[in-house]
Amino acid sequence: MKVRFATLVAAAIATGMPAFAQELFFPSMVYRTGPFAASGIPLADGYADYFTMLNERDGGIGGVKIKLTECETSYNTEKGVECYEGFKGQKPLLIQPNSTGIAYQLIPKVEADGLTMLTPGLGRTSVKNGAVFRNTFNFPSNYWDGASIIIKHLLAENGDDLKGKKITLLYHNSAYGKEPIRTLEELSKKHGFEFNTLPVDSPGQEQKSQWLQIRRDRPDFVIMWGWGVMNSAAIQEAANVRYPMENIYGSWWSGSENDVRPAGDGANGYKSLNMHGANGDYPIFADVAKYVKDAGKAAGAGDQIGSIMYLRGVYEGALAHLAVLKAQADNNTKEVTPAMMRDALEGMEVTEEIMAGLGLPNFAPPFKATCENHGGDGYALIQQWDAKAGKWSAITDWIQSDLEVIDPLVKADSEAYAKEAGITPKC
Amino acid sequence: MSDTILYAMEVTLNGLMAGVLYALVALGFVLIFKASGIFNYAQGVMALFAALTLVGIQNGQIPFSHLINAMFGTQLHHFGWKVPAVLAILLTALVMVGLAILVERYVLKHLVNQEPIILFMATIGLAYFMEGFGDVMWGADIKKLDVGIPQGMSETVDQLTYNLFGYGFFIDTLDIVAAVVAVILVVTLTLFSQYSKQGRALRAVADDHQAALSVGISLRFIWVLTWSIAGFVALVAGIMWGSKSGVQFSLSLIALKALPVLMLGGFTSIPGAIVGGLIIGVGEKLFEFFIGPMIGGATENWFAYVLALLFLVFRPQGLFGDRIIERV
Repeated sequence: MKVRFATLVAAAIATGMPAFAQELFFPSMVYRTGPFAASGIPLADGYADYFTMLNERDGGIGGVKIKLTECETSYNTEKGVECYEGFKGQKPLLIQPNSTGIAYQLIPKVEADGLTMLTPGLGRTSVKNGAVFRNTFNFPSNYWDGASIIIKHLLAENGDDLKGKKITLLYHNSAYGKEPIRTLEELSKKHGFEFNTLPVDSPGQEQKSQWLQIRRDRPDFVIMWGWGVMNSAAIQEAANVRYPMENIYGSWWSGSENDVRPAGDGANGYKSLNMHGANGDYPIFADVAKYVKDAGKAAGAGDQIGSIMYLRGVYEGALAHLAVLKAQADNNTKEVTPAMMRDALEGMEVTEEIMAGLGLPNFAPPFKATCENHGGDGYALIQQWDAKAGKWSAITDWIQSDLEVIDPLVKADSEAYAKEAGITPKC
Repeated sequence: MSDTILYAMEVTLNGLMAGVLYALVALGFVLIFKASGIFNYAQGVMALFAALTLVGIQNGQIPFSHLINAMFGTQLHHFGWKVPAVLAILLTALVMVGLAILVERYVLKHLVNQEPIILFMATIGLAYFMEGFGDVMWGADIKKLDVGIPQGMSETVDQLTYNLFGYGFFIDTLDIVAAVVAVILVVTLTLFSQYSKQGRALRAVADDHQAALSVGISLRFIWVLTWSIAGFVALVAGIMWGSKSGVQFSLSLIALKALPVLMLGGFTSIPGAIVGGLIIGVGEKLFEFFIGPMIGGATENWFAYVLALLFLVFRPQGLFGDRIIERV
């Protein structure tokens, strides 16, 4: 099956397929306006440009054109739910809410409406348990994987011993920011480090108190689960209080150019997670340039290509692309439905060979989804910011999370949800 | 001296500095409210717009380049020059004056004699318009703002306090500069208001629109003047906040920090904005530092409002606000 799928991907890319009357409808929940627009624009551009490239180069997916419709959420949960209610009647093939708050609201809705949602690296972590969350997926990695990967990296860097070390979590005081706490508490018990938390209220422009506490307590490492201006403000404050930048580890939502550039040279050495590569020079960009940018069809100003958030948008597009290809192959039809997409995502196996075929070699971790596992195998890497060169570089290979710790947490949380929502887990 | 007292002193100093930054935003609100009775919801967005314009001018960015490129397929982005910071600030101040003229001509002029709530709603519309306009004009990416203000730990304060207490206090140099700028701004505004012809006219309008009109003061000119000064104050606030964490659209949310300051200091008092800012700054920082860890932290946003509400119980007009006496 793996070979067949990879061959199909290659054939679809190389030759394209005859045009087909029906369209593949994908809504895109974007935040091009509001306080988080700086991150939302490249994310939306990457997603849109990827589909434009497929339409222009291949005539869509499997010969069926893609119809992408953007809905502005301003990263606001209420607006996001309004967007969903507006397009759900058009039977969207895949919903990617791009917001943990919106994802939480949509989880029961997609189940009830028979639609399919993908929340890569965001949303509710325990949707990994596909037996409970039948229509929601969160591969390749989730927040708890991310927290565990940072600890694994720290263990590797500190001779496998974190006993007596102090680790502080500086987090956005929201559903998103609180996600890694439970995992880090478990990991602190397992590895014997002292764990403290410091919340920052949204938007996080003012963090003087938190950084004075960090200055006083001198934790060995700071893990940051921030978003938007909180990230850049934290990095600036860290530079101000002279906290060693290389001892700060951000989540993958605290690791874009937007987060480090305002602090200038002060941000040099800052590290963060990433669930995909940071190199902006993948072969796919030749096609993006040829079929999208140079053809004047770029989603935005065309100036975001290659940035971290743009790459994330491309990755989200690539995952949707692969799911459609699999749905078409599995059902021997070009007319894909949301239910087919759900089944395709559930059986998806993404290998390096497949990603290279898309023009994204060494870009994303391989993973395999199953009915029980909607979250992949929990891989991510650590990247570091080089202020002088103005770019991120991966400093580790893919690191797998501590599944011994993560899986029981996922099981407990998802089962609690199932009990509360009256769901009988099944596969 | 015990460590706790030293930390408390350090936190208090930093709270005072943060309070000055809040006061800078609150000042803009006070100026407009004093002169026209309008609560200017757009003040935070004005700070954002001013900062965006400043960075745009400084970097030689072509305004509306994204729109032009989308319409005509061009690849315009920058003029290719850099403008010195001082000149860029002056040019931005001129843009803010232009904005004041436009606001008076296209918004306020048509709403003379309307209820304050109508004027307030007009400023909500103005805020949304300016946010979108700023986006189209300068783009939504995060911009680094550098007008030469030093940033980072003040060595002098560190050394001085170390010699005194054996523990060096952290104070951000940018905050010290902001405090000095705020003092200069308040003194200048007070002198302007007390001793200049326009300043006295401004106070006359603030006291009674009809009476001011009857002695020949132009209400339209005063409104333009007030909004220009508020625009300049917004520019100063935008520079200080933008230098801290880059110029980004969340900058408009700093207005939320000014509201408790206004409630506490009074909507009509310039010194009130400063004192209110300092009380809020110190209060929220001390509370977060000492009580925050016991109750889960992240207390600053709500504590500022609770503190302001407590003051309101005893002084509904705020510390320095005018007492409202309605005779029947």
